[in-house]
Amino acid sequence: MAIVTPAKKQKLRTVLITGAAGSLAKRVIARLHGRYKVIAVDFRRKVETDAGIPSYKVEIHKRGFEDIFREHKIDAVLHLGRIFAHESDRSRRYNANVLGTKRLLELCTKYGVGQVLIHSTYMVYGASPYNPALLDEDHPLKASEATHDLVDAVEVESLANIFLWKHPELNITILRPCNVLGPGVRNTMSVLLSRRLVPVLIGFSPMMQFLHVDDMAEALVMAFEQNRPGIYNVAPDDYVAYQLAVEESGCRRLPIPSIPPALPRLWSRALNWNAFFPPYMVNFFKYPVIIDGRLFRQTFGWAPRRSFNDIFGYYRRQKAVGP
Amino acid sequence: MKLPGLGRLSEFNPRDALMRRLVTPEIDALVAGLPKRTGSYGYDAWGYDERRVKVGIAVTKWLYERYFRVVAHGLENVPPTGRALIVGNHSGQLPMDGVLLGYALLTNPYGARAARAMIERFFPTVPFLGNLLNGLGAVIGDPLNCAKMLDAEETIIVFPEGVRGSGKPYSKRYQLQRFGNGFVHLAMAHDTPIIPVGIVGCEETMPSLGSIDPLAKLLGIPYVPIVPALFPLPARVVLNFGEPIRFANDARDETEVAARVETVKDAIRDLVDKGLSERTRVF
Repeated sequence: MAIVTPAKKQKLRTVLITGAAGSLAKRVIARLHGRYKVIAVDFRRKVETDAGIPSYKVEIHKRGFEDIFREHKIDAVLHLGRIFAHESDRSRRYNANVLGTKRLLELCTKYGVGQVLIHSTYMVYGASPYNPALLDEDHPLKASEATHDLVDAVEVESLANIFLWKHPELNITILRPCNVLGPGVRNTMSVLLSRRLVPVLIGFSPMMQFLHVDDMAEALVMAFEQNRPGIYNVAPDDYVAYQLAVEESGCRRLPIPSIPPALPRLWSRALNWNAFFPPYMVNFFKYPVIIDGRLFRQTFGWAPRRSFNDIFGYYRRQKAVGP
Repeated sequence: MKLPGLGRLSEFNPRDALMRRLVTPEIDALVAGLPKRTGSYGYDAWGYDERRVKVGIAVTKWLYERYFRVVAHGLENVPPTGRALIVGNHSGQLPMDGVLLGYALLTNPYGARAARAMIERFFPTVPFLGNLLNGLGAVIGDPLNCAKMLDAEETIIVFPEGVRGSGKPYSKRYQLQRFGNGFVHLAMAHDTPIIPVGIVGCEETMPSLGSIDPLAKLLGIPYVPIVPALFPLPARVVLNFGEPIRFANDARDETEVAARVETVKDAIRDLVDKGLSERTRVF
């Protein structure tokens, strides 16, 4: 590491990153380290980081979180931390995700943070048979219509939107990526494709979009460095059917009866498939949620560099060397 | 066909074997030559699937050439590239007219196009059928789908009568039902030519005496026709394509739009009448 003189150190902007233990955040930290003063925060554990990166284990909806803002002059926040549905029960998840985000945005306002980036998800649009393809950012967020388990994701968005209009000085950017996959990623879709036997719903194979975690990390860094507040879908201009993606990832398909519609949800609940085929996500394996990522690609001059085949290749290789 | 040996049985993939039998090199070349952009696995955003389209062509070829003995006139009016709306009369209970129209456009000697069709909103909820129709290029009739497809230079088949046309009884054959105005709005907003098409013969494929509406309501589908023939009859089908109609995006109100809809409707009526007068035998 280069020796930084105190005078130069003063100029470095300070960036706080939540969810720092995650695969995506680690990649973002690696890209920002050295050019910014990075502060890593995670509720799960104190992240092992390079020298010079302060790391905290703290829950952002708890009081101790404010001390980080008192201790450091934070210039920007990358809010990547989120509790997934399979990691916790609904009320704890709601507190952490929704109240946590609210607390975070309030602290950002109070301590004069100049830029906030929020990592949302395409799932806020909701999976419905009436979805047109290539949803724009202004499409209604209907995820909470079908399931209570995505209410927190939609509420985080509406909270961020309120702050986006009320506090333009926060320079809030909301990113809604499609499925992010790759080494170390622990979201539902990644856990699913890591399995050898993967449930598919008989007669349904919706179109899907995937992003390699490295491409998403680059997208986050570009959005952060160019600072153009707003709401953006992040997705490639490429599409593949779910059942083909499953096969290409080296998985064997396990066909599940799909009608009546309640059956796959009951099945998932009975077999406790929460980690990879949760009841609330059944509709996402039935109906497409294809987002239009053109606005982000054009605004930030970003394009994914890894193809679907590169992404699926990781899951194929993982199975070839695994137990 | 030679059966694979028992040792090879594990390698035998019925899906691949069927593909090899159905999809001829000509079909491969046809689909490869379409002016259409697809992703790394042969799909587009709406679920169009090159493999499904190839099988679709193989299956429809027999229906088009042998069963319905379709004759198409005026195919030179369909632009070989760029956006277009193909607007026709709807009939025959089953969307057989859409299938035949799609095949005519795919095999157009003046420039093959993979046309998209707009389907009813309940189809995506039906297992297999929803995916199959998506794969062949059909999507639910949402204005956003239409707009984005035209911007992507796609060809879209529209039946502005909708179920009013396809579900009408035999007594109302070749009488155009009320047209929706949506397609003219789209054509104007996206600077798209409208190619009118008159379809003759599909009315006779499945004559209906009426619809059992309470049953249709119970099943959540648009109509349940009372049909003596349970499968499409082999009527001869004639497709007459007319010259492109263009509208500037300068309509001041809905009355003016409705007048433009009537212009298209008149063109289709003329093309249907032309087909009827030229027809010498129904079957």
